[in-house]
Amino acid sequence: MIGGLFIYNHKGEVLISRVYRDDIGRNAVDAFRVNVIHARQQVRSPVTNIARTSFFHVKRSNIWLAAVTKQNVNAAMVFEFLYKMCDVMAAYFGKVSEENIKNNFVLIYELLDEILDFGYPQNSETGALKTFITQQGIKGQTKEEQSQITSQVTGQIGWRREGIKYRRNELFLDVLESVNLLMSPQGQVLSAHVSGRVVMKSYLSGMPECKFGMNDKIVIDKAGKGGVTDEVGKSDLGGGGSTSGKQSIAIDDCTFNQCVRLSKFDSERSISFIPPDGEYELMRYRTTKDIILPFRVIPLVREVGRTKLEVKVVIKSNFKPSLLAQKIEVRIPTPLNTSGVQVICMKGKAKYKASENAIVWKIKRMAGMKESQISAEIELLPTNDKKKWARPPISMNFEVPFAPSGLKVRYLKVFESKLNYSDHDVVKWVRYIGRSGIYETRC
Amino acid sequence: MPAVSKGDGMRGLAVFISDIRNCKSKEAEIKRINKELANIRSKFKGDKALDGYSKKKYVCKLLFIFLLGHDIDFGHMEAVNLLSSNKYTEKQIGYLFISVLVNSNSDLISLINNAIKNDLSSRNPTFMNLALHCIANVGSREMAEAFAAEVPRILVAGDTMDSVKQSAALCLLRLNRTSPDLVPMGEWTTRVVHLLNDQHLGVVTAATSLITTLAQKSPEDFKTSVSLAVARLSRIVSSASTDLQDYTYYFVAAPWLSVKLLRLLQCYPPPEDGAIRGRLTECLETILNKAQEPPKSKKVQHSNAKNAVLFEAISLIIHHDSEPTLLVRACNQLGQFLQHRETNLRYLALESMCTLASSEFSHEAVKTHIETVINALKSERDVSVRQRAVDLLYAMCDRSNAKQIVAEMLSYLETADYSIREEIVLKVAILAEKYAVDYTWYVDTILNLIRFAGDYVSDEVWYRVIQIVINRDEVQGYAAKTVFEALQAPACHENLVKVGGYILGEFGNLIAGDSRSSPLIQFDLLHSKFHLCSVPTRALLLSAYIKFINLFPEVKGTIQEVLRSDSQLRNADVELQQRAVEYLRLSCIASTDILATVLEEMPPFPERESSILAKLKRKKGPGNLHLDLDENRKERSVNGGTADHSSTTSNAKAPMPPQASAVPVLRSAGPLFQVFASPTTSTDLLGLGSTIATQNSAPPASKGASLLVDVFSGNTAAFPVETPVAVGPVADENFSRFVCKNNGVLYENQLLQIGLKSEFRQNLGRMYVFFGNKTSTQFMNFAASVVCQDALQAQLNVHAKPADPTVDGGAQLQQILNIECVSDFVDAPVLNIQFRYGGTLQNIAVKLPITLNKFFQPTEMTSLDFFQRWKQLGAPQQEVQNIFKARHSMDIEVTKAKIMGFGAALLDGVDPNPFNFVGAGVIHTKTTQVGCLLRLEPNTQAQMYRLTLRTSRGTVSQRLCDLLSEQF
Repeated sequence: MIGGLFIYNHKGEVLISRVYRDDIGRNAVDAFRVNVIHARQQVRSPVTNIARTSFFHVKRSNIWLAAVTKQNVNAAMVFEFLYKMCDVMAAYFGKVSEENIKNNFVLIYELLDEILDFGYPQNSETGALKTFITQQGIKGQTKEEQSQITSQVTGQIGWRREGIKYRRNELFLDVLESVNLLMSPQGQVLSAHVSGRVVMKSYLSGMPECKFGMNDKIVIDKAGKGGVTDEVGKSDLGGGGSTSGKQSIAIDDCTFNQCVRLSKFDSERSISFIPPDGEYELMRYRTTKDIILPFRVIPLVREVGRTKLEVKVVIKSNFKPSLLAQKIEVRIPTPLNTSGVQVICMKGKAKYKASENAIVWKIKRMAGMKESQISAEIELLPTNDKKKWARPPISMNFEVPFAPSGLKVRYLKVFESKLNYSDHDVVKWVRYIGRSGIYETRC
Repeated sequence: MPAVSKGDGMRGLAVFISDIRNCKSKEAEIKRINKELANIRSKFKGDKALDGYSKKKYVCKLLFIFLLGHDIDFGHMEAVNLLSSNKYTEKQIGYLFISVLVNSNSDLISLINNAIKNDLSSRNPTFMNLALHCIANVGSREMAEAFAAEVPRILVAGDTMDSVKQSAALCLLRLNRTSPDLVPMGEWTTRVVHLLNDQHLGVVTAATSLITTLAQKSPEDFKTSVSLAVARLSRIVSSASTDLQDYTYYFVAAPWLSVKLLRLLQCYPPPEDGAIRGRLTECLETILNKAQEPPKSKKVQHSNAKNAVLFEAISLIIHHDSEPTLLVRACNQLGQFLQHRETNLRYLALESMCTLASSEFSHEAVKTHIETVINALKSERDVSVRQRAVDLLYAMCDRSNAKQIVAEMLSYLETADYSIREEIVLKVAILAEKYAVDYTWYVDTILNLIRFAGDYVSDEVWYRVIQIVINRDEVQGYAAKTVFEALQAPACHENLVKVGGYILGEFGNLIAGDSRSSPLIQFDLLHSKFHLCSVPTRALLLSAYIKFINLFPEVKGTIQEVLRSDSQLRNADVELQQRAVEYLRLSCIASTDILATVLEEMPPFPERESSILAKLKRKKGPGNLHLDLDENRKERSVNGGTADHSSTTSNAKAPMPPQASAVPVLRSAGPLFQVFASPTTSTDLLGLGSTIATQNSAPPASKGASLLVDVFSGNTAAFPVETPVAVGPVADENFSRFVCKNNGVLYENQLLQIGLKSEFRQNLGRMYVFFGNKTSTQFMNFAASVVCQDALQAQLNVHAKPADPTVDGGAQLQQILNIECVSDFVDAPVLNIQFRYGGTLQNIAVKLPITLNKFFQPTEMTSLDFFQRWKQLGAPQQEVQNIFKARHSMDIEVTKAKIMGFGAALLDGVDPNPFNFVGAGVIHTKTTQVGCLLRLEPNTQAQMYRLTLRTSRGTVSQRLCDLLSEQF
């Protein structure tokens, strides 16, 4: 179990220090600072073992969060908790920054008391926490309200309180995906996967029961056998922009929000739940098959003598022409002995960034099935070092309005038996965003 | 270095550095550096020429980036270009970059060397200095090769500027240190010596350093430097403090130069020329006088400089060790420092005094400070100073003050720092032994030592007490009484119990007359400590108990009771168990005479060098051991030498090999009754001696041994003796094949095959005889019996287990024979077989290959032991020699295998001739054990062997010789 939790700023000064167990001494704080934050070499491992004490850390902008333990804990659990902790802090005071942490340290200690009890993670649902940990104090609450909090926190459905009422029942569904790729110079896919999240924002009255459907291969196949095929096209809610005609996707693995009834998923593979109020992440998933790669990068590098390098990069967009990709950025690494760069590009803006040893080419928008290219001449300084340039891969960033995994939301049904609104009265919005993760092409 | 002129501010560099300093994170810093590197690369691209200033600026930036820990792989060329600049600052930065960044195998090295050469040959002193500094800083072999000839030339050239000479001297010193082989001595060496006469004190200082290093290597070449150094020293010492202007440091005239000159003089013996010698003595006196003068300044720098010169002068005085007055004066001066406020001064004074104490002239003078030193030991706050005080006390100790010093050290031991306790213990033990007039005092001291610091008393110390007590009759009674009293303390250290156990076991009888220390009380006292002790101590106590049985027959019952208890007889520790069992049997069986002989008082130990002294030498290097001092002094380097030379040097330097102490230690620490250490498995040749004794006079000791053997082999005594049956011809054709092996086919005819499998241990053996029926019909009335004829009956017991009377066709019958060797024998028993095959009675008699050598136990021994024993067995009847012709090929490996099969241990490397074979073993019989040594000398040319056997019994020698001769 977690023995202690520390938050440091970028200099290694301790902002928050909370020790839960006696086996963690005060010197653990310094040990992490000395061995990780101020380490001579950059520490890449998120888990560090110093003097038989394990430190699990995550870094958010310039802030280090470190959980400390002497026991053999489940590392995945600790990291899940740390990420959750970041989310909770972000939900309370926005960006996790040194300034914000310093301004809200009382709140953070209060939160830590609630979400981590003797080192054991507790309910860290932001919605639930917000009902009783507020920055205004709890003066205004009546006895009934207080008892309601108690029953809710200790009850069966800890993530939603009763008696929520909205004039307009509305829900927003975001499918956020990040696509990761490593491609050989010849265009062969070496590895590719999509990790996605379904994020929901719900403003629904009462205690509604929801049912979420998507084009999961197993469900579709089962339905196909059952003979109910017409439902598929009909309840297609979103404007999915996939160019491929395939109907279903194979999900490698997925995790759900605590509100989803896992027993039902296991038996029928249907996702049904009583949603928390406000914003939350319904599920996370990963796919590796039949990924739609939104861009293709074709590099061409030619070494002209010892002092010159010619680089030509072509990018091709590979989706429906009606869709627009945004925030496109191509990063072409340059050798360490670059002494000058000339760039010519048709579209967007390109610049040699010496501080990052790369040419950065930015394009604001680009429609599908288009092509664009950049060419650069790089002058090199002869060095005494015989080391050859390692040629790091060309990486790319973008944002596209469809799900590269091919996932489609088929339906989201809302049932509320007590209050008199039906599925049709609920206003539903669906949005697909595909972003680049690590999207690299070797050159 | 000339101040940087206003135009050379290098704003860009300052901005860059402040940018780096302001970076919030490592990533930001790396970004900034990348940006700067890209900028510098674009500047160095070469399309447009850079002016010297910007080149210098960028090279500086690169240097800074490199020093931050990033790799720099360009800019070297620009740095080399800077070398040829005419501006001092640009040249300086160029040299700086090169000394930091350029590695010796770079291809630029020739360019750099060229630039350096140009600067060296320029007439500009600052440029020459820069070049010399660069050579010294890089100091690589390549540099040394390129400039080893040039630098000395510059050093001794008449027209060289003083500052350049200074640099050249130091540069040469550096080259001489890194690659001495490349710096040849030449005609310049004599001229270097004359630099000591130079007008410029800086040159003299640098030259002195150089000369001292060179003089340590080849003292003869620089002998002339002594007179010059003395002259120079006397000029400095006698000068008024204002004379030397720049070289006066806080009112002390040229302290560094003085120290270096004094060091230089320490490389040589006192000058022989009377005039020089007088002048030097004068100088030293002046220095000592100056120490007495009131300080000219209250500043610590003033006293530091003054004392540095003083201490160096004192170490020169000690080094010369020839002027009694100076030595005494030095000693007195140091005595004053002993009470100085300054801790460092006290430390240094004690340290110097330690060396002074070893000089015959000043030993007495040092002794006058004994009170002060003892006081320092008690009141000093700094542990390192206390340690020095202990060293000094040890050094100044002699017969007159030993009692006082030892008493003081003992009392200090109670409060001493843990880190130095063991050393003090050793020192006390040595002093107490060395200067003991009265051995009662010695015993008291060591017992106190164990009482105060038992944990730090190493084994050597208590071994030594016992050695001394045993060797000196007059203290034995006193020692017994004292340890008895000491043991009465409720909590004793284990070492005390060990000493107590040993001494009471040996000399407990000397105090038994007193009713307060009656035998039973002594025993109870020892036994009360038994349970608190570790296994080795318990073992020692058990030995003490058995000695008690001898000393005091009245406590025999009590002790036997203790030995008999389960906690002893069934102790989990093998050693304790064995001792308990053996001692119990010994006490039960042996008569009082035997006991008295076996458990006699230990004989005196041979006098050797104290084992403790060896241990101390091992533990500590110099500082307290004077013989190492000279060596130590030599090791001090000339320039950096004032650093910490007080720390102990490596242990390896101790001249005495640690083994020197091992032998006496073993003798005293080993069990009291080595003879009985393991009677059941006496693999060592101790058995030899005892069997010889049996033959001649049979002293009780060896009887005791055989008694014990009996105890362990009691049930084998009674064997039924078969009645001899007369038989026909006895088959023995395969007999000789079994002398060197135990298994095989013994006999075969058309009907029957007899196979053997046998094993022997000590004097017992077991033989499996396999009778194989080769026919298809049954053997009826099968009977096999073993017959021992005539004398053999009494010498060998063979018991055959009855076997089945029928053997089916093609089947095999097994019979087991138990064999016991009573005494040595010559003949072999006969196996008689009778059976009925198809109506006819068959009678077969076969000689059983039971030979004397089967009862051999191999014994390993060293060459020394072998020949010692060989000589012991020199009586004519003990040796049998046979010279015979080889019957088989003379293969070394086969011969080896045969000797091993014969049962003796083959001893390699014992005989000086490697082709000879030497073996040793013990023949075990029920009554005696006979040690056997054999030697086989093959002569390959003549195809002859000479076999010599020496055993303690003539008959055995003869029989073994006969048996073995047949094998080759």
